[in-house]
Amino acid sequence: MEYEVVIGLETHAELATIAKLFCGCSTKFGAEPNTHVCPICLGMPGVLPVMNKKAFEYALKAAVALDCEINRFTNFDRKSYYYPDLPKNYQISQNYYNLGIDGHMDMFVNGSIKMVRIHNVHLEEEAGKLIHPEEPGANYSLVDFNRAGVPLLEIVSYPDMRTVDEVESYMQTVRKILLYTEVSDCKMQEGSLRFEASISLRKKGTDKLGNRVEIKNLNSMKSVIKAIEYEAMRQSELLDRGETIDRETRLWDEVGEKSQRMRSKEESQDYRYFPEPDLLPVLIDEKWLSEVKNSIPELPLARKQRFIEAFKLSDYDASILTEEKVLADFFEECVKILDRPKAFSNWIINDLLREVKDRKLDISNLPIKPGQLAALVEIIEKGTISSTIAKEVFSEMIQTGKEPQKIVEEKGMAQISDEGLIESVIDKVIAVNPSVIEDYKKGKKNALAFLVGQVMKETKGKANPKIVNELLIQKVGS
Amino acid sequence: MNKNIQIIREESLRLLGHTALQIKEKILSREIQATELVGKLFEWIKDIEPNVQAFITVNEKEALEKASEVDKKIANRQKVGLLAGIPIAVKDNICTKNLTTTCASKILQNFIPPYDAFVVKRLKEEDAIIIGKTNLDEFAMGSSTENSGYKITRNPWNHECVPGGSSGGSAAAVAADFSFLALGSDTGGSVRQPAALCGVVGTKPTYGRVSRYGLIAFGSSLDQIGTFTKDVKDAALLLQVIAGNDLRDSTSAQVPVPDYLHGIDSGVKGLRIGIPKEYFAGGLNTEVSKAVKDALKLYEKLGATVVDISLPHTEYAVAVYYIVANAEASSNLARYDGVKYGYRTGESRGIIDMYCRTRSEGFGNEVKRRIMLGNYALSSGYYDAYYLKASKVRNLIKNDFDFAFGRVDCIICPTSPVPAFKIGERANNPLEMYLSDIYTIPANLAGIPGISIPCGFSETGLPIGMQILAKHFEEKKILQIAYAFERETDFHLKKPPLKSSSV
Ligand SMILES: [Zn+2]
Repeated sequence: MEYEVVIGLETHAELATIAKLFCGCSTKFGAEPNTHVCPICLGMPGVLPVMNKKAFEYALKAAVALDCEINRFTNFDRKSYYYPDLPKNYQISQNYYNLGIDGHMDMFVNGSIKMVRIHNVHLEEEAGKLIHPEEPGANYSLVDFNRAGVPLLEIVSYPDMRTVDEVESYMQTVRKILLYTEVSDCKMQEGSLRFEASISLRKKGTDKLGNRVEIKNLNSMKSVIKAIEYEAMRQSELLDRGETIDRETRLWDEVGEKSQRMRSKEESQDYRYFPEPDLLPVLIDEKWLSEVKNSIPELPLARKQRFIEAFKLSDYDASILTEEKVLADFFEECVKILDRPKAFSNWIINDLLREVKDRKLDISNLPIKPGQLAALVEIIEKGTISSTIAKEVFSEMIQTGKEPQKIVEEKGMAQISDEGLIESVIDKVIAVNPSVIEDYKKGKKNALAFLVGQVMKETKGKANPKIVNELLIQKVGS
Repeated sequence: MNKNIQIIREESLRLLGHTALQIKEKILSREIQATELVGKLFEWIKDIEPNVQAFITVNEKEALEKASEVDKKIANRQKVGLLAGIPIAVKDNICTKNLTTTCASKILQNFIPPYDAFVVKRLKEEDAIIIGKTNLDEFAMGSSTENSGYKITRNPWNHECVPGGSSGGSAAAVAADFSFLALGSDTGGSVRQPAALCGVVGTKPTYGRVSRYGLIAFGSSLDQIGTFTKDVKDAALLLQVIAGNDLRDSTSAQVPVPDYLHGIDSGVKGLRIGIPKEYFAGGLNTEVSKAVKDALKLYEKLGATVVDISLPHTEYAVAVYYIVANAEASSNLARYDGVKYGYRTGESRGIIDMYCRTRSEGFGNEVKRRIMLGNYALSSGYYDAYYLKASKVRNLIKNDFDFAFGRVDCIICPTSPVPAFKIGERANNPLEMYLSDIYTIPANLAGIPGISIPCGFSETGLPIGMQILAKHFEEKKILQIAYAFERETDFHLKKPPLKSSSV
């Protein structure tokens, strides 16, 4: 039987604020356990939450960027469940009045644009982390509350995806939007970006949705894809055997590459949502909303289209340049200084990104500035250095952060365009290569290339190849 | 009793019987040193407390240290705070840094907060002397202080009677002259009702007037810290210290705090007093009814007009309250799970078992009852019928008050339908116990301020309290109205017949 796979995703992104959502504790990742905590994020008796305005604004920004309808009146709700990493045994979240609803996101899948609808975007607090001791037979676990209370954005999609390619593109596009709007650093390895998938199958050509299975514990985009493929296979096998699909939540096992039931629908939790009495509702007025709207930069898909049209870049180049906002910003800065988009695109994609990869550089903190790359392109065009030398200069720039002109001067890399000097080298080369001259005169055209090579070798690559060529032809005749 | 002890007791009583403002004057004029006062106070407490049981923790050492600090300041003519050298007791659900705060629950038996509640910080800044933490119904759930996980507090006027609750320890401490001032919390009447039953002044400010930061939450949308004092002027003094905006409480109001003592004697001429007919219906004790009606006659004599009004949704107040308060409580109390602080069961098999045992062993029956009721009201499928509906009716009750305050300046009614009842009398009938707060609950639902002042005694010598309610943030008006009555009467000057424990 042929089935259609129906997929929805829930995205959790930690917001990039300095302080937690309801207290002043740091959100910095990787600290010693329980060092970024205070009575408030530990849920001690009598403490009260106070909203971090920046976190709220970041969430609002993301909701606007995802084209959501913004609830002008929003408030927070308590979501109750018991787990040792949840200090109050309720999570302050949103349920009755989500910050953003009914949004949508355009994404590129296999060369065409596909739209996925966003059910809602809301703000909540992060939980802590359980640490299970490694010694065998240990009968305890430890809790680290450093992450507890970090602002967390949740984006819930409609079940609008049908293939893993669409899922892949959805994840990449969401990530780019969050990075572009600078609301999250989206580091999956640090858990600041996470996905949960819900999957159901239905017979091709039918409308009714099948029973949905939710999958948790997906630690990378790769495991999201693998888990979906596994789940689609599992469900189709069950359906082929005439069995039914239980509504349940399953846990993905990264190592075993399979999933296991965590709880069935009957066991599903009743979160007993009710309005959080310790926080006031937030009213978003026109002025605030328009300020947030104005603060949203051009989003990746639009920027890519503009790069293709305005700078005549290929689809491929424009994709790579807009992958990271900092890279696209870098590119545009360069073009602003010197209108050579194609040259910059080549330098960035071929050389800069290779250096970033080889040297494991932080892309948001590059050792060279746009002005320096522009200066390099400029001295190549002027003929001060050859393109071969330019590669060396570039590598030097990455290592030292020095200006290209300075490197050229210090290392004496400037191209030789002095005809008298080049002529004397040519004379020397002609003198020691009589047989090659003979060959050339007999019509062996590639003999000339050999002679050019010899001149370049003598000048350590600095001679202007154009002048060398012209002078050689004059000397040996054509 | 030994004649000498008798004399010392009378001397102590004369000194400790003063109001806070009076004792402050004596300390500032160096007629008495704060250390001497605190020493005498603890002697008195040691003698009488075994019969009253007002305190869960006494703070003698730190109190004496603070007293000597205040004495030094005064001797050096340094600036001192508004409450310089005045002993104060704090209800044990208000967090005090480095001083055990139990909420009268086993589940917090060894909890020592690493922070001060906003109000406690204010007391310390104003040089008050915190003498101890007072008993309450566990997590402030009750109207008699019988639900404490530690002890039963007795009414200083009659040791067989309850002091009211849930702030029974604070009320008894002020009534027994253990303390000049005390703090309590009022979620459904927990300051005003015990004040009435113990014959002291109890003030519940407007919701948002006093920061709740550090008050261990029961019903977050209803809880408000209030004061116990020997008279109305002391109430003005203490409210002056604790009122005001606090950035750590989002629900705390940014409304300026007036000078409460200034013009407190401006009288009630021309004032319109509303008498809600629903508050004088069945279930009201005739002695209480008569005392309040006599008080109204006095107000008329003083130039006020008494107007009959109606608060038509009053009959739903208790039901609405027990849904909203318990729903919030079930969530607020979820954090006591044995994981982070407080009590944890001994042996357990796994996390769920640990939770169950810890909470079963740590909470008392009334708390468990309310957690279950609250969770039920919030459960999926019941939320709309209970919590949501209760929230809507709560708005109707608020509207009743808004409408009434369009016609009158304040509302006067009994604080409690009955004077203090016997210990054990209502303990096994929760519904009857819940009706103890029938006149006080509506003010919490509406968020308005109220005060209870002594207005008479029953034939058996038990105090009777009268409640004055006004619009949001009209604490100053309430204090003026209360003072107008107080200065014409002497109910607040009467002292309970206390027995020494050494007899
Ligand atoms: Zn914190």
